[in-house]
Amino acid sequence: MRGSSAGFYAAVATRGFRRYATYRTATAAGLVTNTVFGLIIAYSYIALWSQRPHLGGYTQAQALTYVWLGQGMLSAMALMGGGFEDELGDRIRSGDVAIDLYRPADLQAWWLSADLGRALFQLLARGVVPMVVGSLLFTLWLPADPLTWVLFAASVLLALLVSFAVRYLVGLSFFWLLDGAGVSQVVWLAGLFFSGMLLPLNVFPGALGTVARALPWSAMLQVPADVLLGRHQGGGALAALGFQAAWAMALLAAGRGLQSLATRRVVVQGG
Amino acid sequence: MADRPVPPAPAGAVADEALPGAWRARYDARRGPGHRAAEGMRVYGLVVGMWVRSTMAYRASFAMTALGNLAATALDFVTIVLMFGRVHALGGFTLPEVGFLYGTAGTAFGLADLFLGSMDRLGRRVRDGTLDALLLRPAPVLAQVAADKFALRRLGRIVQGLAVLGWSLARVDVHWTWWRAAMVPGMVVCGGIIFCAVFTAGAAFQFVAQDAAEVQNSVTYGGNTMLQYPPGIFARELVRGVTFVVPLAFVNWLPALRVLGEPDPLGLPGWLDFASPLVAALCCALAAAAWRTGLRAYRSTGS
Repeated sequence: MRGSSAGFYAAVATRGFRRYATYRTATAAGLVTNTVFGLIIAYSYIALWSQRPHLGGYTQAQALTYVWLGQGMLSAMALMGGGFEDELGDRIRSGDVAIDLYRPADLQAWWLSADLGRALFQLLARGVVPMVVGSLLFTLWLPADPLTWVLFAASVLLALLVSFAVRYLVGLSFFWLLDGAGVSQVVWLAGLFFSGMLLPLNVFPGALGTVARALPWSAMLQVPADVLLGRHQGGGALAALGFQAAWAMALLAAGRGLQSLATRRVVVQGG
Repeated sequence: MADRPVPPAPAGAVADEALPGAWRARYDARRGPGHRAAEGMRVYGLVVGMWVRSTMAYRASFAMTALGNLAATALDFVTIVLMFGRVHALGGFTLPEVGFLYGTAGTAFGLADLFLGSMDRLGRRVRDGTLDALLLRPAPVLAQVAADKFALRRLGRIVQGLAVLGWSLARVDVHWTWWRAAMVPGMVVCGGIIFCAVFTAGAAFQFVAQDAAEVQNSVTYGGNTMLQYPPGIFARELVRGVTFVVPLAFVNWLPALRVLGEPDPLGLPGWLDFASPLVAALCCALAAAAWRTGLRAYRSTGS
């Protein structure tokens, strides 16, 4: 039973990957946009770091790496939307979720597999190219130590889990709110700001920075970036991964709890 | 629009009846292009009115999404304020000066986004075949596409841009003369028109590449973001690109540098600072030509 279901969810993830891989023109168009925004943000950071070298503990090269890493992870983490949550919300609103619930698959595991497939495609297609473009145009800081890359890969995977878990909660909110657009928007804004997408969280002042670094969104970009940039050494890196894992577990458990509450108490609309 | 009577076709055009393009050409020949523009505006107003009424059926939802729209754009400015928490000047500009750039660009872009922001849905309409329905209606296609899904919540962006602009005007160190004061609304209006032309040209491009809607975002949203920062911080080639290729520099950079008394990093002739209305007119002409070319090249998917 366990073995076959692992194969089943792997198949769901593969389909998730292929589904997004179909739209090649859209992917290329997205890459153009990532590159343009990367350029704009990179120049604003150069202006900032040339006046305050070592701002937030980054050198200018590290800050520029942060910019292109952010552009590369933007679509994989679905920070600007584009993940599965709207689709899940639509299925809840239309009542189609009833069909999903009597399928011999777990709702959360199904969407997690599909979303990991999507994210893997986005990482390869929209993650690698901005980093290459960025390294051709600017001097970036990349670690030479292979262990750092391994830790970074683990950190990205945990970041994907946190990103999924937050968006699963957003999707489930449609069980209670017929129009979940408000929740989606608030979570989307919080994600953009508190992930460090607009400005690295270690440049945020005082208490705002402390709070921002403790929120789950920091696990989506700031923590993986700091792992890659070698800001966490030895035990520090493990603590950073632990922080991500703790948020992932807590949010996935919350999603599971909310899912069982929803399926027990909510009457599905439609007929 | 269904209640509007279809004007009688000119005599001798029976074979061409089925072709909307030919029909329109004859319609124009009879009534003149001025009439066509007025008709376009009327149709735009009717469709917009319909969307506004439907939005206002859910007032609380409208208030929240408009507020969300405002908050989303405000985060850009919060980021700039956070940057200025660490430095006193960015590219030689103080926070009020950057606010002036931000306010003019944001308001101009907000106007275009409100009026024509839904045009980036054209690719979807081409893909799913619903554009054909618009071609059959006796109304200019551009007006129908422009008004499609008109989103009043985008007022949020304009309000936010105006708020930053007002804040910055009270703080920038400028010796105000009548022509400097006149340049501020001029930037907003001409800038809005230039962005409208970009939206239209982008939509025309989607006739060719339906899936490439996101490329347009790099010029519209990306352009807006770029114009919020002083031109001096960007590479020269990039500034040349947004001056001569996609002339976004005329939205606010060149006129704002003149108002603020800052030097132009490209060292262009001074009269160009006042050329925004001319550039806006030129952009409109080019965008209109692109739109007509795109519409003529349109082949229905048949679905």
